[in-house]
Order: sequence, then C-alpha cells, then structure tokens
Amino acid sequence: MQLTGAQALIKSLEMQGVEVMFGLPGGAILPVYDPILDSSIRHVLVRHEQGAGHMAEGYALATGRPGVAIVTSGPGATNIVTALSNAYMDSTPLVVVTGQVPTAAIGTDAFQECDITGVTMGITKHNWLVQSAQDIPDVVASAFHIATTGRPGPVLIDVPKDVSFAPMEWYWPDTLDLPGYRVPGPPGRGEIDAALALIAAAERPVIYAGGGLLKARAAEVLRAFAERTGFPVVTTLMARGVFPDSHPQCLGMPGMHGNYTAVTAMQRADLLIALGARFDDRVTGRVDAFAPDAKILHVDIDRAELHKVRHADVAIAGDCKVVIDALMRAAAPALRRADSVLASAWWEELRRTQREFPLHYEPADGPPVKPQMVVETLRDLSPEDTIVASGVGQHQMWASQYWRFDHPYTWVNSGGAGTMGFAVPAAIGAKVGRPDRTVWAIDGDGCFQMTAQELVTAAAERIPIKVAILNNAYLGMVRQWQEMFYGERYSEVYLSPDLPDYVKWAEAMGAVGIRAESPDEVAPAIEKANAIDDRPVVVDFRTDAFEKVYPMVPAGASNDDIVLHPAHDGRVR
Amino acid sequence: MTDARGSGGGGGRVAGVPAVRHHILTVLVENKAGVLARVAGLFSRRGYNIFSLAVAPTDDDRFSRLTIVVDVESAPLEQIVQQLDKLVNVVTISELAPSDAVQRELLLATVEAEPAARSQVIQLVGVFGGEVLDVGATRLTVMLAGPPDKLDGFEGLLETYEVVDLQRTGLVALPKIDREPPPRRRLSAVASAPVQVPAPTAG
Repeated sequence: MQLTGAQALIKSLEMQGVEVMFGLPGGAILPVYDPILDSSIRHVLVRHEQGAGHMAEGYALATGRPGVAIVTSGPGATNIVTALSNAYMDSTPLVVVTGQVPTAAIGTDAFQECDITGVTMGITKHNWLVQSAQDIPDVVASAFHIATTGRPGPVLIDVPKDVSFAPMEWYWPDTLDLPGYRVPGPPGRGEIDAALALIAAAERPVIYAGGGLLKARAAEVLRAFAERTGFPVVTTLMARGVFPDSHPQCLGMPGMHGNYTAVTAMQRADLLIALGARFDDRVTGRVDAFAPDAKILHVDIDRAELHKVRHADVAIAGDCKVVIDALMRAAAPALRRADSVLASAWWEELRRTQREFPLHYEPADGPPVKPQMVVETLRDLSPEDTIVASGVGQHQMWASQYWRFDHPYTWVNSGGAGTMGFAVPAAIGAKVGRPDRTVWAIDGDGCFQMTAQELVTAAAERIPIKVAILNNAYLGMVRQWQEMFYGERYSEVYLSPDLPDYVKWAEAMGAVGIRAESPDEVAPAIEKANAIDDRPVVVDFRTDAFEKVYPMVPAGASNDDIVLHPAHDGRVR
Repeated sequence: MTDARGSGGGGGRVAGVPAVRHHILTVLVENKAGVLARVAGLFSRRGYNIFSLAVAPTDDDRFSRLTIVVDVESAPLEQIVQQLDKLVNVVTISELAPSDAVQRELLLATVEAEPAARSQVIQLVGVFGGEVLDVGATRLTVMLAGPPDKLDGFEGLLETYEVVDLQRTGLVALPKIDREPPPRRRLSAVASAPVQVPAPTAG
C-alpha cells in the first residue's frame, strides 16, 4: 500500500493508539493536516502552540498515556519549547510533531525555518529530523517507545514538508533498531538483600516518595509496602496523590513549603527510602545540611540520578514498582514489624509535631478572602476524585498544602521547570483525557494571564474545565520574597485586581464568569461553578495580598532553619 | 607527574596536565547526523570539560567511535558516564585507565627553518621517529605520531625554532589486549537487542 509521508504519519499515530492530539496548523505542517480530516484521531485546535504542549502534558499526567501535539515549523515549533522543557523536567511522556521547511531549503534561512531539533536537543529525551518518508513508521514507533519507557520524557519528530508529500510503501515495524537504548531490568538479589538490611536496621525511617512512583504506576505497591513496614511517607510535589493524604502514615509534602512534620522527619531520619525521587533542591534545602544522620536507600529508573546529589548507601536502578514488589516478595523479617514501628518513639515524636505544628492560617470574617480558605472550600465541595491543575507560585503551594490528595493522577502541576501559565491548558488536557472527572484549575492571577486564551479552545471544543483564580493582584510568590528577603522593596510585582476584568474576560471567551469577594461568597460561587457542565467556568476569588506561604525554608538555607507561620513563632526549639 | 603504572605505549600523562585529572572514555555511537552535537551539547549544558575529542567511523559503518579525554575535576566520572549513557545514539562507553590503554596522537607542525637550521630540525624529527611532510624555501612541515607525553616532549623541543602552525589531533586509544584481569572496565551494558514493538493499544 502506497501512502504519502503525511498519511503514514497519521496512520502511525493511529497504530500507537493515539485518541487525541493538540495542535495548530501552518505552512510546513499543512500536508499532515489533510489526512487528519479522514482520521479517527480527535484534533483539538489550540490558540497558541504553548497551550498545545501543556494540554498534551495535562492529558499525559491525568491518563498515564503519552500526550501528542502537532505544530508547524519556526515560531510554531519554538512556541512549544516551554512545554517540552517542562515535560523534560517532570519526566512526562510527550510526542511532539513539528513541520519543517523542505529538505532542500534546510540551512538557507528559509521562511519559518528553525533548527528545532538543535533547539530542543537538551530538553527532549530524543528527537528526530526525518530524512525520508519511508522512515516515518519506524521513527514514530521509536518515538513512542522512548517517550514511554524507562524514565519517561518528551520526544520531538521534525518532518520536512517534502517528506510529508513524498510517497512511501506502508509497513509497521516488528522490531526497533535502538542499539544504544536500554532500560534497567529487575533488581539483583544482592541489591534487595542490602536494601532489606538497611530497612531492618532503621529506627527513624522515612519513605521519600517521588514522582517516579506515579510514572511506574506503583501507588498500590507503595501502599502495601508502607502498611507492611509501618514507615511514615512523605509525598513530594510531584508525588502528591501517590499515597493518600488521609492515610494515617502520610506526613504530606516536604521541601521549601512542606509542612513542619514532613520537613523535620526527613531531617531527623536515620534512613530515607527514596523511591522515584531525585533529591531536588526544593526538597533538600542546603544539600550538605540535608538529613545529616540518614542512610540513603535510593531507587530510580534513571541510573544517572543515583549518587547525583546525595551518595546512596544502597542504590538500585530499576522500575519502582518492580523493585518494591521484589522487596515485598523477599519477605524478610524486616518487613513484618509494622505494629512495633507504629508504636515506636519515632512515630510518637512525629505525631507530637503533627499536633503541635499543623499547617496554619488566620481565618478572616470579611473581605478579602483567605486563599487557603478558598482551596479548603473547593476541596470540601468538589468530588473526592477531582483533578486539580495548578500554575506556579503561591497558589500552587496552597493547592498542594490544603487539597486532600487521596488518589493518584489527580494532581497536574509544573514541578521542576516552574512554568507559570501551566494550569489552564493543562486542565484542558486533563479534562480531555478524563471527561468523567471534575477538573479544577487553581490558578494565580499572574499565571492566568499568560495562557488564558485557551479558554476559547475549551469553550469551542466543549471542554468544561473550571478555573479558580486566587486573585491577589500580585505576582504573589515574588512579592513574598521581596517582603521577606528584599526589605519589603516591591519591584514590578503589582498587577491590579480589576485589570483585566476576569469575569468579562471569561464571558468574552465563552465561559461563565463568577466573582467572590468575601468569605461568605466563596461556597456559593463554587457550588454554582460545580453545577455547570456544558462550558468552562472562571471564578475570580479576591484574595488577601498579604498572605504568605508558610512554612518556608529560605532558598539556600538548611531545612533546620524552617520558618513557621508567625502564630507558631517562638514555639520551635 | 607521571602515572607510576604507565610507561611507553601505555602513556602516563595526557598532554602536559596531571593524569589524575583526566580519564579516557571511548564511546561507540550510532553513525547518524547530529550525534556529535548531542555529545558535545551534553558536556556543555552540564558543565563537563572535554580536554580532547577524536571521532571517526569504525570498521562497521553503522558506528563511529569517539575518544573523549575528560577533565574529571568538572564532575565525577560516574555522573558523566551515566548522563552520556542516556543519549539514545550512544551504544557503549568504556573507560580506559591510561596504564591499560594503547594511546596515540598525531601532531603536525610547520616550523620556520632557515637552511642553517633545517638539518637540526630534520635530525630532531628523526630522533623522535617522525616524518618531514613538506619542504619550502624557509619552512618545514613535520609530523609525529605517538603517545601524548612523547608529543609533549617533541613540541617543547620544537619551540627552540619558530613554530608557524601546530595542530594536534587529540588522543585515540584502545584497550591493551594482553592484560589480566581484562583491562576494559565496561561502564554500560552491551548494545541492546532490537526492541519488540508492542501491539497497538486501544483508545
């Protein structure tokens, strides 16, 4: 069967089980858009290519399936670079197809030419400039294999226009020739024994659960392992939901804005069991002061993460689910003492700090609304399995702190890259992937303004997401740093609560706009929003600009120097 | 500083810098467009220093071999190797200890040599076992292949004369074949078998 390169590309995506792609056409990708009309794959037409990338990420984070985006050459391709970088930092499987100028024009500074494989070399797991139409099925199959196996990540396929037009003889590869691509196999007996020896000797253990557990779909085995050992679990920003917040062994989020118990438990631990976590600076604080007494058992599918930041006493390169299964199967006595662990002095100490230093904010009777109260009310009035997307900043930290994540794949956020503007398009992608779920974007006013044109996409495509803007009229996290570390010298952080008018913005884009200015308007606004299921909703919550995220470990400081809410000041140490 | 274990063809130090700072990686890569940029880009963006780099196809034209001399003061060798190993086009990586490797480098130099000095230069080249490649009225172009420390010595003596141009290739190396235990510390697994393509997933 003879096809064009473009037809082969779409057919290859169908062969990979792709159900939806997010994109925006242009000159160099035009030939590929023609067979889309005849394809079973749904295409969501975005308003900016960055939105296509973040939607694909949101889809991937909510479903576990690779997200697919398709854009044109030059500016189309560069507009999706932020999303590729974001997906690379957070190990999100994406397949991005870009158009390229015809092969003969490459290198001539042709119209809308950009060396996108060169640009994205450092922020993709791999990329391809397709040289021949005959290669397309092979490249697409390789791209999905690489994006989804091992440590997942984004890949990019750059397709010159003449390659899309060229004829090819259709085939689907049986095998892929990737002689340099390897994924770690199951752990060895020696590694498991060494890990069990550490576990058996631990008096003050903490399971440091990272995003790799979600990628490995290891939530169930993690829970079984935690319950069998009785060990406490902290869930990093990337791992929220992998272990239920309501579980008695869950300590919640560690790190720069982690709660006091999670942070100090790691600092006092004598064993950290790092599972799919990478000792990110936002978790460790000053590395040489991080968990000074802890031995490290580190499991990660990416060998390069082992010993990268912190030397591990036992390091196992492997899939978290496979390794935890192996630990459980080894059935050593170390894994059969949950009762004694739960009754230990260690747990007593942890329970005490949980009681003494919970997350705290001062509720308000009148306007402005406390942002934490908005998140709590949203949590209480929305379905338990609601998917929450967020941008980056104060609102993200409050969302992570005050939501109760009891299910995996319900938290869609930008972790490593810290990409403002992630929430709205990522929520759209999540809703496309999980139309059965309520999807709330908890956003800041600064973030919202970066990508909110995608509300038009959501309205046009009938993707009924809900957006809660915690509108404090500031770039809030930057404002917080200027208040705390720059002597209250506020430089270029004020945004205004009324410019733009978020309700009119929502209405202009085909969404419902609601405003809540006082605490008593919060619940009715949320109930109204939750009742709408045929179009997007935006709620403009007017929140307290002076509210800061606590606790906080200042950048570069030791986790021992954690700063608590002023109400807790003087009660520590 | 000379590596006590090494001598002769085994090298000892690399081009004038203490050997402890340098490690030799021989990296087998797929012979595809852009692979060198991927390797160089990785070193650049992670702040690793390349001391020298030599690259050419192997006997199997699907693969090229890179010999990279890395400055391990910029990052632990293990981290460099693991990051390199993640590049999809990198097939195998081996670290060669200088004492366990056969090393060669090539030097070309054009030297200002008036007729009076010419015979001295030719004699020097002869002593080192080099060759005179080109002769002009007042200049000579000479060549020397050898282990890097030998080239260092030759280069130093050449400076007695006026060196107009000098180019070294960077090191190439292969493991010695007669060592026990086997000299080659293989840091990454052998090339993987072809990947089976999974059946298409539904929806």
